[in-house]
Amino acid sequence: MSRIHVTTTINGDETEYLCEAGETLLDVLRDHLDMTGSKEGCGTGDCGACSVVVDGRLVCSCLMLAAEAEGRAVDTIEGMAQGNQLHPLQQKFLEHAALQCGICTPGILVAAKNLLERNPNPSEEEVRYWLAGNLCRCTGYDKIIRAVMDTAADLRGAA
Amino acid sequence: MRFETPTSVDQAVALLAADPEARVLAGGTDLLVRLRAGQIAPSAIIDIKRIREMTVISQEDGGWRIGAAVPSAEMNEHAALKADWPGVVESADLIGSTQIQGRATLAGNLCNASPAADSVPAMMAARATARIAGPDGTRDVAVEGIPTGVGKTSLEKGELVTSIFLPAKPAHSGDAYLRFIPRTEMDIAVVGCGISLTLDDQGKISDARVALGAVAPTVILSQSCADTLIGTAGDDAALDALAAAASAEAKPIDDKRGTIAFRKDVVGVLAKRAAKIAITRAGGKTGGET
Amino acid sequence: MPKDEYTSRDFKVVGTRPIRPDGIEKVTGKARYGADISAPGMLWGAILRSPHAHARIKGIDTSKARAMKGVKAVITRADFTHQPEDSGMADILDNCMAGDKARYDGHAVAAVAATSKSIARAALAAIEVDYEVLPHVTDVDEAMKTGAPVVEPGRQQESVPEGYCENVTGRSQYGHGDPESGFEQADLIVERSFKTAATHQGYIEPHACLATLDSDGQGDLWVCTQGHYMVRNVCAGVLGLDAGQLRVTASEIGGGFGGKTHVWMEPTALMLARKSGKPVKLVLSRDEVFRATGPTASSSVDVKIGMTSEGKITGATATYRLQAGAYPGGIAFLSAMCGFAPYDLENVRTEGFEVMTNRPKAAAYRAPGAPMGAYPVESVIDELCQKLDLDPLETRLKNAAREGTRSSYGPTYPAIGLEATLEAAKSHPHWSAPLGENQGRGVACGFWFNFGGDTCVSLMVNPDGTVSLSEGNPDIGGSRASMTMMAAEELGVPLDQVRTIIADTASLGQNEVTDGSRVTFAVGLATIKAARHAIEIMKERAAMTWGIDPEAVDWRDGAAHPAGPNAGKFPPMTIKEIAAIASNTGGPIAGHHEVNAEGAGVSFATHMVDTEVDPETGAVKVLRYTVFQDAGKAVHPDYVEGQFQGGAAQGIGWAINEEYIYGDDGRLQNAGFLDYRIPVASDLPMIEPVILEIPNPGHPYGVRGVGETSIVPPLAAIANSVSRAAGVRLTSLPMSPPRVLAALKAQ
Repeated sequence: MSRIHVTTTINGDETEYLCEAGETLLDVLRDHLDMTGSKEGCGTGDCGACSVVVDGRLVCSCLMLAAEAEGRAVDTIEGMAQGNQLHPLQQKFLEHAALQCGICTPGILVAAKNLLERNPNPSEEEVRYWLAGNLCRCTGYDKIIRAVMDTAADLRGAA
Repeated sequence: MRFETPTSVDQAVALLAADPEARVLAGGTDLLVRLRAGQIAPSAIIDIKRIREMTVISQEDGGWRIGAAVPSAEMNEHAALKADWPGVVESADLIGSTQIQGRATLAGNLCNASPAADSVPAMMAARATARIAGPDGTRDVAVEGIPTGVGKTSLEKGELVTSIFLPAKPAHSGDAYLRFIPRTEMDIAVVGCGISLTLDDQGKISDARVALGAVAPTVILSQSCADTLIGTAGDDAALDALAAAASAEAKPIDDKRGTIAFRKDVVGVLAKRAAKIAITRAGGKTGGET
Repeated sequence: MPKDEYTSRDFKVVGTRPIRPDGIEKVTGKARYGADISAPGMLWGAILRSPHAHARIKGIDTSKARAMKGVKAVITRADFTHQPEDSGMADILDNCMAGDKARYDGHAVAAVAATSKSIARAALAAIEVDYEVLPHVTDVDEAMKTGAPVVEPGRQQESVPEGYCENVTGRSQYGHGDPESGFEQADLIVERSFKTAATHQGYIEPHACLATLDSDGQGDLWVCTQGHYMVRNVCAGVLGLDAGQLRVTASEIGGGFGGKTHVWMEPTALMLARKSGKPVKLVLSRDEVFRATGPTASSSVDVKIGMTSEGKITGATATYRLQAGAYPGGIAFLSAMCGFAPYDLENVRTEGFEVMTNRPKAAAYRAPGAPMGAYPVESVIDELCQKLDLDPLETRLKNAAREGTRSSYGPTYPAIGLEATLEAAKSHPHWSAPLGENQGRGVACGFWFNFGGDTCVSLMVNPDGTVSLSEGNPDIGGSRASMTMMAAEELGVPLDQVRTIIADTASLGQNEVTDGSRVTFAVGLATIKAARHAIEIMKERAAMTWGIDPEAVDWRDGAAHPAGPNAGKFPPMTIKEIAAIASNTGGPIAGHHEVNAEGAGVSFATHMVDTEVDPETGAVKVLRYTVFQDAGKAVHPDYVEGQFQGGAAQGIGWAINEEYIYGDDGRLQNAGFLDYRIPVASDLPMIEPVILEIPNPGHPYGVRGVGETSIVPPLAAIANSVSRAAGVRLTSLPMSPPRVLAALKAQ
């Protein structure tokens, strides 16, 4: 089976890989690039655990072919902290205990970061609807929503 | 399976015409699910997102041309488009989640030919047309002429939809789309209703289009529903007549998402509620958002 | 009876809210879950599953798959040459890989290992299975009827009276007194039948493992599970291996809720590894998770309760029929035990029937059996309150079980917290908040036993005085944080001086599965005891250094102190100082504790919920939700609250939208998160947790399990709320919009 050569940017680093035409971006991130922070919960775009940002747009990496990433910029959970400096959302998730098992956490963090970049002052309802594609089965979302709102408030205060 | 990235419509048409087993990839939110489930095994995937004209929203003859590769999130961020056709934009923005909306397209939603497609009733109500490119050139077809059955379209071999056109919005008109889902997000419409209408100087409805989703093998563009509104001011009696007409028009099935009785009832409820929103948006005095 | 372990004390660490020790790796994507590791030369496994609900397997032709390039192993049941003697073990094997027949849609019939995922998928498509389709039954009431298709003959237990269909494999009975005479004393009797749909635990991480198994019988398994010792023991039993030769390591676990207390595919991965001679990674798809693993039972229940006009329950009976899926077993007995457990009743009888159907083997789901135990009972109590114009909280208080109550399932309760939760509910502002049009408020109580079980913990004092704690239970929701806190509390050291790890099966003795809300209780108890053991040793070392009797040494604030003036005047020796000289005072210092922990205190909760019903569409919106639950002692209150909130959210899903939907063909129609509708963020309000602390006498700090009780009251609380909002009693779950609208129209 002939493979496709792709050159893309992942978390700011130029990255090359070979993929099958049918492989998803998630397959390549996890199986070829060892970036297992993006999770596969469903493979059909229904759970959001594989959320990444492509050219600034939040998408499910399970619903994007790896070959489509040619020339794009992909941001994953692995690029969220700067070295040892956690992103404020990551820090707030820890402080609010906004995770139990943690499997949905990377996807939710990626999605929430994208929200706050677009809307620094979201209402609770806006946060809930923005994150409706990120399933969490452990928390009932309460502490997640609080962590996102609290981060937004902090970032606004700091700005 | 091959992966093709044409950069012009002509290239895309040539690739499609040469390979009947090839599939067009726009947002991929349906295609990739079916690919993974093994429901389809195309010989090639033709990604249209490298075709510049397919990725833009542009003004044309007072209306809007929306490229076949434009994701619904981008439509939602387009203030002028949203001001003209809020119902259409909202319908596209109801598809799936934020993540899905970052990829899903109007054209893809149309060509997937699901009777439950959220944007299709809204597009039909808005008199949207699809521009189709093929080996014999381009043609424009009313949106209701595309789906012919569940998963089936009228597209010929080598043809693809390159854009959707929303006509100039008439004065004193408004549109709305409502759907019913069991959750607040992430579901396929159990029933849907798109309405576009225009008011005359007296505030009476002079033109109306009503489309019903998920109550038949294809979205129903219902003249009998429209007739209940035209000539009225959208008063309660008219809205009740609309609801009754919508319920009568619906020919739904029982399935995992809803029952016949439920769909027939709720399509009437949604028609009524959508009409009120559309009337308000058209500047009408009767009704109101509920 | 619980041991008298509890002593009151002032806590320094327990009860605070530190950041969890495994937090950074989980917010940065570094934590390694089941599917997150690979091995050199690894193959990809994949499983072929039956499309039929019930079918005889006449033959399987794997020749085409075996001939494919990149395919390194193809297995069917014929490759499992070891036949387990134990019938439970044999059932697990048959569930992992079908024998002579496929018993449900999704039942595994063959598996492959190949060099890529795509080749593995293609190989599955090349396997030809010759099925003879058999009649099937997926509904519990249908399965009990005479003449129903029998899933497997000859499995009926002696407890089942004569005349029942062979699908009924077990029957249990509980209670005391004479309900019939109780009903005679009642002013009002309500008798109703209820149904609940099967629901899935819905953990976001599909089952995944990485297996190696060599020809010498040595194997390694990395797996996401709630109990890696259980996985080891079962895999060894199914495959005929020595447990000691199989080392199982638990990955981080992406949710389980009971669904990962079972073995579904690990023997398959090991068999593929043995046949191919390579490591094999096997990851289930979401579709497979729904079709072939762990939904909990659907239920069909009859309840009858008599009450005086003052609200005293005089008599109560319930019959529970639960589907067990394709194998004997089941949890109806737990429903029958739990249903009336919150109440002090003179006359109560319950019975439970376990029923086989052509569905996946029913699995534990958070307080298994208890939600469908409580839902019908709490619904009928609510209806009695409505009809007798009684306050639902006062009525429950009037009948509430308390210390000394003989429970409906037998034992007499020690100190329990049900009344405390009811009193807290009564005085909470939620109870008196106004309601709008089409809105209703529901309350319900719930009970769960909690569990202890086999537990081993090892606590090492390192040469620098830091502490390494090894426990054997996967951390499913913050338990490492709790263990670290209890160790730090007991030792008197700062939290960051302790690190807790989950040991593999070769590094620590047997540990029971993470179930029954046992971990914070039982592993916590063992952690405290292991710390005390280490403290005893450190006291001896200090005594040796000072030349005094160990009895004359006290331990406080992380240091040994002379017990009093008579013991001598020595400056305290810190844990660091003692550790530094350990080599010269007798060698390394470690504490350990091994126990079958008894004394898990039972747990009660009261839930309160407001809903609004759209009278035109039947849509239910949850407006406000408050959980009142006894935690005994909340070790890390954030994670206790998280358990309350998570259980309530799962209960909301169960009550309103979640259900397994089967077609007439016996196939599951909604095997995905699109149409199996778990709550999304925009569906829910904030869920307010109210923690009550009535110490469990069986734990040194008073801890009770908190993980499961929170899913018990929601089904009824929401049903009561919706029934009051809609003005019509709903008796079938889920209360999906079509069902609610139909009930409204039928009024």
